[in-house]
Amino acid sequence: MVLSREEVLHVAQLARLSLEEAEVDLFTRQLNDILEYVAALQAVDTTGVPPMTHVVPVWNVFREDAVTGSLPREEGLANAPAREEGTFVVPRII
Amino acid sequence: MTDDLTRLSISALAPLLARREVSPVEAARAYLDAIAARDPEIHAYLTVDVEGALAQAQAAEARLARGEGGPLTGIPLALKDVLATKGLRTTCASRILENFVPPFDATVCSRLRQAGAVFLGKVNMDEFAMGSSTENSAFGITRNPWHRDCIPGGSSGGSAAAVAAHLCAGSLGSDTGGSIRQPASHCGVVGLKPTYGRVSRYGLVAYASSLDQIGPVAKEVRDAALLLQAIAGHDPRDSTSIPAPVPDYLENLGREIKGLKIGVPREYFGAGLDPEVETAVRAALRTLEGLGADLMEVSLPHTPYAVAAYYIIAMAEASSNLARYDGVKYGFRAPGGNLLEMYAATRTQGFGQEVRRRIMLGTYTLSAGYYEAYYRKASQVRTLIRRDFDAAFASCALLATPVAPTPAFKIGEKTDDPLTMYLSDIFTISANLAGIPGISVPCGLSREGLPIGLQLLGPPLGEAEVLQAAYAFEQATEFHRCQPALA
Repeated sequence: MVLSREEVLHVAQLARLSLEEAEVDLFTRQLNDILEYVAALQAVDTTGVPPMTHVVPVWNVFREDAVTGSLPREEGLANAPAREEGTFVVPRII
Repeated sequence: MTDDLTRLSISALAPLLARREVSPVEAARAYLDAIAARDPEIHAYLTVDVEGALAQAQAAEARLARGEGGPLTGIPLALKDVLATKGLRTTCASRILENFVPPFDATVCSRLRQAGAVFLGKVNMDEFAMGSSTENSAFGITRNPWHRDCIPGGSSGGSAAAVAAHLCAGSLGSDTGGSIRQPASHCGVVGLKPTYGRVSRYGLVAYASSLDQIGPVAKEVRDAALLLQAIAGHDPRDSTSIPAPVPDYLENLGREIKGLKIGVPREYFGAGLDPEVETAVRAALRTLEGLGADLMEVSLPHTPYAVAAYYIIAMAEASSNLARYDGVKYGFRAPGGNLLEMYAATRTQGFGQEVRRRIMLGTYTLSAGYYEAYYRKASQVRTLIRRDFDAAFASCALLATPVAPTPAFKIGEKTDDPLTMYLSDIFTISANLAGIPGISVPCGLSREGLPIGLQLLGPPLGEAEVLQAAYAFEQATEFHRCQPALA
């Protein structure tokens, strides 16, 4: 096993997810299955091989620093679960 | 008669609209009636926009009456629910976006609107495009029109099922690891994944940003070319879109493929390939040979590592992209608790299990100390996979392979075992890793009457040649005329 039950709980916390008891066991088993499968990559010699990001590399994409239209506040807030006086409202932090 | 309209391809409907023998409103109504009658059984649609479709159809009618418009003016289309449509609910088949109404259009949607297309509605998918069967939708499964107990494929299962069941004239899907080509194969329709960067991703809800690409699902190859023509091209709003000119994708259709060198990668015909799929694809290779193509065996030696590299990259990028769903600016918010409790409750209740599994795995592989071993390693293997294709395309113009290792499987068959589900993408994933274009065209039926697809892959920006060969194959065979039995 690559990943312990405790690590699964830690990762869930990093990902801002809360797992039910039964799901901790299920995910521990399934994530380990997947990690065991992908461990096959370690056998590939990648010495000196650069990582790939784009099929046709597009470097340094610039645009004019010009002021253009943006979303009106009302439209930007239209999908908010909670709003007040033109702002997003979140639960108390401190 | 009106139901017959729905059987027409875009290429057959467009001249009727242009000559004003059929009006766009008539065409839209025919499809809306077909959806009302037949979609309850298939469940391809998540949202049907009757009012919007009829308004767009009327606008198209006015345009055609003025003698304006083009080949897509008045054509009724369905959009995968991963594409932002201004003013029309866009859910990604997720509870977390159940009531999300985008304030803007995806670039592909605005381009189709400019072309005068009519949007019938939004179609089903695996939640956030994560899946191969459309079973991961939070809003119910979609059934394969050919066999109602089977999956339509995924993640663009709604698109493929809607096209196959004549519930739209054509559709747009998205393909991160085969999500256009595999459902097209399973539903007996045409699906094209363009070169990464050929089509703007602006307004496509992100899953794995370095792999995602939008493309057409269509009844025929010519229709796929028409749709690609409308959506391809550079977009300043997507800095990864390629600033290369867009060729005429219809120009090559009908040109012969005599002397075209087509590579057959030996790694795609090994263990795990269903014998019926192999028989159909081998027969398709003989058809291509009969059309004058030169077949040659090639090798893509890093193929066995593609699924592993893909899932590491896709899940890592997904975990980062989906961090934005926090119940603050849009989407679902779970009630109660402090800020951190709200985040966790929102994400836990809002995301389905497969999405949470991928976020977990991606978070782990990107967490401190693991980046080098996983994401970086997978991105290096990705370079090797790309080099395999470069070497193959040095000696041949296209590659021909199966799309999926089996015909459509039964609903529920693989839902308990995510890894087995991932392996069903084995022949489509490499094209996303390498960024190259690929198409699925119908090439046979299994004994059970399920469609089988042939995949043709081309070099970067080789869409015109891919379409040319797919069209030649389609015109030489009868498979695209096979239709599912519809009530």
